[in-house]
Amino acid sequence: MAEVIEQGVKMKGLKEPLFSKKNIQILRDPLDDNNPITVQVLGICSALAVTVQMKPALILSLGVIFVTSFSNLIISLMRKAIPTRVRIIVQLVVVAMLVTIVDLVLKGYMFDVSKKLSVFVGLIITNCIIMGRLEAFALGNKPWKSFLDGLGSGAGYGLILLVVAAFREIFGSGTIFGMQVVPQIFYDWGYTNNGLMMLPPSALFLIGGYIWWQRSRNTKLVDIS
Amino acid sequence: MKLVKDLVDNIKPHFDKGGKLEKLHYVFDGFETFLFVPGTTTKHGVHIRDSMDLKRTMVMVIFAMIPCLLFGMWNVGYQHYLAYGMETTPWENFLFGAIKTTPIIIVSYVSGLTVEFIFATMNKHSISEGYLVTGMLIPLTLPVTTPLWMVALGGIFCTLLGKEIFGGTGMNFMNPALLARAFLFFAFPAFLSGEIWTDLSPEAGHSIVDGYSGATNLVAFDYNIDNIQSASSMFWGFEQGSIGETSVFCILLGAAFLILTGVGSWRIILSVFVGGYLMGFVMNLLAPAGDLTHAMHMPAHHHWLIGSFAFGAVFMATDPVSASHTPTGKYIYGLLIGAFAVILRVFNPAYPEGIMLSILLFNVFAPLIDHLVVEQHIKKRLKHAQ
Repeated sequence: MAEVIEQGVKMKGLKEPLFSKKNIQILRDPLDDNNPITVQVLGICSALAVTVQMKPALILSLGVIFVTSFSNLIISLMRKAIPTRVRIIVQLVVVAMLVTIVDLVLKGYMFDVSKKLSVFVGLIITNCIIMGRLEAFALGNKPWKSFLDGLGSGAGYGLILLVVAAFREIFGSGTIFGMQVVPQIFYDWGYTNNGLMMLPPSALFLIGGYIWWQRSRNTKLVDIS
Repeated sequence: MKLVKDLVDNIKPHFDKGGKLEKLHYVFDGFETFLFVPGTTTKHGVHIRDSMDLKRTMVMVIFAMIPCLLFGMWNVGYQHYLAYGMETTPWENFLFGAIKTTPIIIVSYVSGLTVEFIFATMNKHSISEGYLVTGMLIPLTLPVTTPLWMVALGGIFCTLLGKEIFGGTGMNFMNPALLARAFLFFAFPAFLSGEIWTDLSPEAGHSIVDGYSGATNLVAFDYNIDNIQSASSMFWGFEQGSIGETSVFCILLGAAFLILTGVGSWRIILSVFVGGYLMGFVMNLLAPAGDLTHAMHMPAHHHWLIGSFAFGAVFMATDPVSASHTPTGKYIYGLLIGAFAVILRVFNPAYPEGIMLSILLFNVFAPLIDHLVVEQHIKKRLKHAQ
């Protein structure tokens, strides 16, 4: 991460296009090479808790994408004005404001999902990914880059959430987004939904499996672990 | 035997380096060393190569399990005909059980060995016979009514996530067979608990006798300790339960064999039994005086007889890889397993068989126990050094 910041400082003064190669890289990195969950191992708690079904997982990912990108943007805009000693408080205020927006929108327009997500919307505040990105990236980079980084990190988080939720919903309830995908004939032949998939530990197995698959494909990651 | 040896030697060059089937070298090696003690000699330094290698050790465990398996087969038939109130000869009982049990064993071996072979070929490590034992333990710990695809799933899961992911045989920090059972228990609760212990496939012209209950002693004692069967029938094994765990007598035969051959650690077996007894005894002292049928009043030695306490102590807790390694550590490990199993049994009716979870839990703790024992030892010896 230090590298990125240094480079950011070096690039100062040069005009660069909005979607330059480097910016695309910032956006894409968290999806694979620097995934918040599988590589940085942040934000595991909500990945275990809200991945039983795809719908809440999708909504929560969208909420986290919103909060990470805009908190990164706002903090980056204010980065020169924030005294170092009180930066955590300032970050928290910004994040809390954004989370409150998400919470109220959910309550207003999707009450049933909001009830299902319950405390986890409020807990976005304490999601380690957000604070991690603010500390590591937004405080030392320009607003546009920070915004992209927030977007990417949120998307990387959402990707894992959706993959895990897809497995858990297919094998745990035989559905995707509430629609039956495992045909009835399977059940007639003696197939049963896997009860373990309804329990949080299964998400741990699945994330572990994902990390395994990711590292066997992407050998770059093997050295740093 | 000469014929087999000739055949093996004949086809061997194909699998060696440069041969046509070089890729399958480790698969071939697995079969060859299973049949014959390998003739390899050590080339560097001074080593003693014992012909009593891992494969021979594993085969000893298989031998120790045979009494349990045979009795289990008989008991499957016995329980089946008992539920229908039919008079049958022991031979008929055994035949029925063998027909029902053999597919489970075959599926368990095929599923797990397939994963093991794939990984051995992919990662180029030799196939060890760890799965010979695991593949036999899995059927013995399951009820006979388990659907075959679940057995296969358990076998695949435990080989993949219990063993291969950590580097294969000898690297697993949990007992793979128990892991398979725990996985199935949590994944398909309806098939691993409740009234599923007796095969109730219909018999023409007979119906299930009145008063038949599918509840095992383990479930019964949680509600009323007088509801369990007599100690002798629990000892000999005329009760419902998983295929291999009903007869404490057969398990003790296996234990004697394991201890005599030095394969199983007597320290662990003994201390699991002692731990269970002590905790049962403490429970008796603390039991509510007003309620004489409360589970805490169960005589301590009955904890040895019901469920699969003995089976877990002899075949599961002694797994040399996942157990503690230091002698003192083995005592602590065993005592904790026994004590914790009884606590789970008595206080948590949702998980009737505490020994499974207890062993898995202390498998995880075993390295910590070893570490503490070694540290303590160093501390003690350092005093003499100063």
